[in-house]
Amino acid sequence: MSDTRRLPGLKGFKHLKTGGPAGENLSLLVMLVLLVVVFAIASPRFLTGANLGSMGFQMPLLGLLTLAMLAPILSGGLNLAIVYTANISGLTLAWTLMQFGGPEAGIPAFILGCALAVIVGALAGAVMGGVVAYVGAHPILVSLAMMIFLRGLGEFLTRGGDISGFPDHMHTLGHGSVMGIPVPLILFAVIALGWHVLLRRTPHGFSVYMTGSNLKAAEYAGLNAKRTLVLIYTLSGVLCAIAGILMAARFSSVRVGHGEAMLLITVLACFLGGIDPFGGHGRVAPVILALVILQVLSSGLNLVGANQHLSTAVWGLFLIAVMVLRSGQIQRYIGLLSRKDT
Amino acid sequence: MRDALRSHTIEVRLAVVLAVLCIALSLSAPQFATLPNLTSLLNNSAVNLIWAVGLLVVLIAGGIDISFAVASSVVQYVAAQLLMSVGGGNWLLGFLFCGSLGILLGLLNAWLIHGFRIISIVVTIATFNAFFGLLMFFSGGRNIYNLPDWWTARIFIFEHENAQGIWSELTLSVAVMIGCVIATWALIRRSNIGRQLYAFGDNPEGARRAGVNIAVMQGVAFGWMGLMAGIAGLCQVNIVKEVVPNALYGRELDVLAAVVLGGARLGGGKGTILGCILGVMFVAVTQNGLNLLGVSPFAFQMIIGAVILVAISTANIDLSQFFRNKEARS
Amino acid sequence: MTTAPAERFALRLHKVSKAFGGVQALNKIDFEVRAGEVHCLAGENGCGKSTLIKVVTGVHQPESADLIELFGARVDRITPVQARQRGVSVIWQDLALFPHMSVAENIAFDDLVGLRPRSVRYREMSARAGEVLERLGVSLPLTAPLNDLSIAQRQVVAIARALMNDAKLIFMDEPTASLTQSETDRLLDIVRKLSADGVAVVFVSHRLAEVLEIAERVTVVRDGNLVGVYPTEGMTQARLGELMTGHLIENKVDARDLPDAPVVFEARGLSRHGEFEDVSLTIRAGEVLGLTGLIGAGRTELAHVMMGMRRADAGSMTLEGSAFRPGSIREAIAKGMAYVSEDRLSLGLLQKQSIADNTVISVLRQLTTASGLISDRRKADLVRHWIRELGVKIGAPEDAISTLSGGNQQKVVLAKWLATEPRLLILDSPTVGVDVGARAGIFRIVRALAEQGLAILLISDEVTEVMHHSDRILHMADGRIVQAYDPRTVSVPQLEERIYA
Repeated sequence: MSDTRRLPGLKGFKHLKTGGPAGENLSLLVMLVLLVVVFAIASPRFLTGANLGSMGFQMPLLGLLTLAMLAPILSGGLNLAIVYTANISGLTLAWTLMQFGGPEAGIPAFILGCALAVIVGALAGAVMGGVVAYVGAHPILVSLAMMIFLRGLGEFLTRGGDISGFPDHMHTLGHGSVMGIPVPLILFAVIALGWHVLLRRTPHGFSVYMTGSNLKAAEYAGLNAKRTLVLIYTLSGVLCAIAGILMAARFSSVRVGHGEAMLLITVLACFLGGIDPFGGHGRVAPVILALVILQVLSSGLNLVGANQHLSTAVWGLFLIAVMVLRSGQIQRYIGLLSRKDT
Repeated sequence: MRDALRSHTIEVRLAVVLAVLCIALSLSAPQFATLPNLTSLLNNSAVNLIWAVGLLVVLIAGGIDISFAVASSVVQYVAAQLLMSVGGGNWLLGFLFCGSLGILLGLLNAWLIHGFRIISIVVTIATFNAFFGLLMFFSGGRNIYNLPDWWTARIFIFEHENAQGIWSELTLSVAVMIGCVIATWALIRRSNIGRQLYAFGDNPEGARRAGVNIAVMQGVAFGWMGLMAGIAGLCQVNIVKEVVPNALYGRELDVLAAVVLGGARLGGGKGTILGCILGVMFVAVTQNGLNLLGVSPFAFQMIIGAVILVAISTANIDLSQFFRNKEARS
Repeated sequence: MTTAPAERFALRLHKVSKAFGGVQALNKIDFEVRAGEVHCLAGENGCGKSTLIKVVTGVHQPESADLIELFGARVDRITPVQARQRGVSVIWQDLALFPHMSVAENIAFDDLVGLRPRSVRYREMSARAGEVLERLGVSLPLTAPLNDLSIAQRQVVAIARALMNDAKLIFMDEPTASLTQSETDRLLDIVRKLSADGVAVVFVSHRLAEVLEIAERVTVVRDGNLVGVYPTEGMTQARLGELMTGHLIENKVDARDLPDAPVVFEARGLSRHGEFEDVSLTIRAGEVLGLTGLIGAGRTELAHVMMGMRRADAGSMTLEGSAFRPGSIREAIAKGMAYVSEDRLSLGLLQKQSIADNTVISVLRQLTTASGLISDRRKADLVRHWIRELGVKIGAPEDAISTLSGGNQQKVVLAKWLATEPRLLILDSPTVGVDVGARAGIFRIVRALAEQGLAILLISDEVTEVMHHSDRILHMADGRIVQAYDPRTVSVPQLEERIYA
């Protein structure tokens, strides 16, 4: 008797494993639906507008940072400096607003601040990209050093304190809604779409995938792999800056270290979304599904009375479970077990 | 000897930089080269060094571990509960409990990595979150002050009072650290197991074909890291005299940076104990020196980050790339 | 069956079979190696050569076997450790060495394997490694990391490692694939020395000339079946190729004169220090110019300069009449150059990526619409066009390129470059790792391209290849063009003699 016949559940594992882009999306979607059903049964408040709304406000920040992590991973690297790049960019914005009177600062001051923040983020990214591309140093080490530097810089500038007192219009960015849809969610959706188009449809995105899979061969084929790396880290820095601006708007303050815990969660979300850790393969859509799953897990657990820490643990365990199922080794283990039975 | 120098470029370079740094600091900050300062430097670096040699073993075997610092916290918390439940215990039991708990957590990583063929960074980021989340959930984030007396007692292995009446002392943690460093050195340099770890990290397929038992190698690497994490957890409690569940959170990346700065190769097969110590001490001395020079403590991290960034942009220019080019040409 | 006493054989296999899934990788194969003999195992990729090696070394267990005998002793089941203990070693093509470990440790590594903890004695290790190297008549820096050694030296380290295990039977898988001629000669000397010492060596090589030079007998395998065992005495390359592929490879000189065709590319006095010197050549539209010479003669370096990957120190190039001095590979491609690299696995293709992406990688601009986005339709059309045009056998365009055979992969490389509509196509050792049978298909395409007016520079160290597929031949040695030949007025043996002299 074959193992599969005795354990019909294995079929499900199989399509998890053979995750082409479509299979990846499908299996994540199935998990998402299952989770939503479970939480909807467990808590009547789960499927209410209030809960969905608060999820829509919470997810975009992690989402933006995850997208900023995604592109460097696709290019065969990693960007461990995302959170502090966001912090420093947020600080740039806050500092600009302070120059124009803090709470009294007008829209032009805000726009100027955002522009400066984006420039700062891009600069941090470009330096990392340059070192990775032209020195050939390991991206983990480069971005780690950048992270330590930016964290130090931020702490030095703020003396470890908060900067708050922003104009009201920033509140709209962090907490407003348009036709019932949270503004941060709209921002995230637009950027995610742009990111998807950039990566999947433009020559630059194509080059990112190729560079991530084999830099030397990409150069031999006539791609400008080094420029690609610099550009992708720069764009990652820009996304961090946008995340930093949103963070300032959401928390109504800037402090270096805000969102620190999100760093490794973004990597987790990327892996959950089926990104190849070695680079070269992965898409935006499954990563967004993974983000939604993480958000559902955290909100759902919160509603049934667990705290954020349990959510963190469940996220970690969830990633392990998904990776174990994807590995395909589970069949071997079940095979071993069932052989013992007979 | 020339070969040895050449194959340890990073260690040599780092040693020179560290020596220059020490000389400069002793000239500019009179307190630097004093016994009390140097002993406190060692006391403060003990836990980092214990972690670092553990992480070195994992890096040599071609892996990476993000979870070790929170693993230490988990070990501290669980060991404290266990020890109180057996009536307090003693140092021997403490080492036994912490060591085996650490090994257990390390083996969990190794099993996930080897058993399911998941790469180590994915596994350890997952276990990092799982360990920390569960620890905070079960501990409720509360500190434990109620610890056995032996655990929080200050034990000095060296004491000296100078003419001004200032005490210099080395704590037990330093002795433990020295033990860990020597044991790790013996493992990776003097034993055939360690050499197989290098080989596995250097060329996994080649090692497999030569008959190296890959499962055991992963177990040894992450088990050793776990053991070191357990011991580091034990020592850290002895230093701070309480168990703070989130005290060690976030330390992992700094240790990783220091070890890689010391010449351990991300990707495996390369790294020495000497380089590892130099890397950690370089960061520690810089921090200590800046402190003595009266630089704002807020600027430490910034300067250290900048130094590492400059170091990798200049010194760590990957020499193997030149060799690769040479090959492509011939 | 032979009547020779059994102990005179290092290895005897009778009727060994092995199947993977439904594929019969080995079908009742007999294989015998005499003690101290240099034996060649020949066959196309996928014919079962490596399966055979893996059965002998215990990596795979045979489905059935009438007899497995090692050094006169019958064995029922071989494990890798047992095989090594009995004196069987394999030197794989990738050598399976440890680049960051010292030479001595690489040589003595197998002593360290095992879970019984024991201490490492470096001095003793170095002494023993030194002894083995001495036996081979080679001196290498024992404490240097393996990384610092040339590929040829690493090969020697791998042989020393096998000897360290008291190997009496050594399999060498394509040992000369990336060696220069003088390095190959030295390696062959070492092999002869081993053979004189009573060590049997089984050579697996696609370089037929070499095989015939070194081996005493050759066993030919095709599609998992034994074709036969032949003495190399009196064997020719053509005959051996025919035995391996099962059909006569049509090889006739096919050179044409093209005096009136316009000059596409011209180099005048091109030099690059330490690589090549004073190289002048012209290539006309529709011409296939063969460039041959030993590995290390400067051929690939010349191609790199032509592609803008490196700069020449002196001399000039013209492309279609105007001065050509590319600063980057991108500029060279834009001006109509194309380069099929000799290293298809790591430079020519992105093995992890799809067939479609590998086909279009160099022509992204063609596929990009006014909006700056890549048009999926144009991409699919382009891929379909070239797959059909070159007769590439694929499953789906989205499959990873690594799922294709060597010959089909090389066709995708050609498609990639042809899509850029080049004026000059440089083929650098285009048939490395391509089956003898599939080579004909590649050259049919090359010939057809030339007929359409494309200028082609064919770089190869296989003399027969340039003889049969070029219109003119240049011989390069030590960085200089030493002589030009007309394939119609020179024979393969003559040309070989000039080159290897």
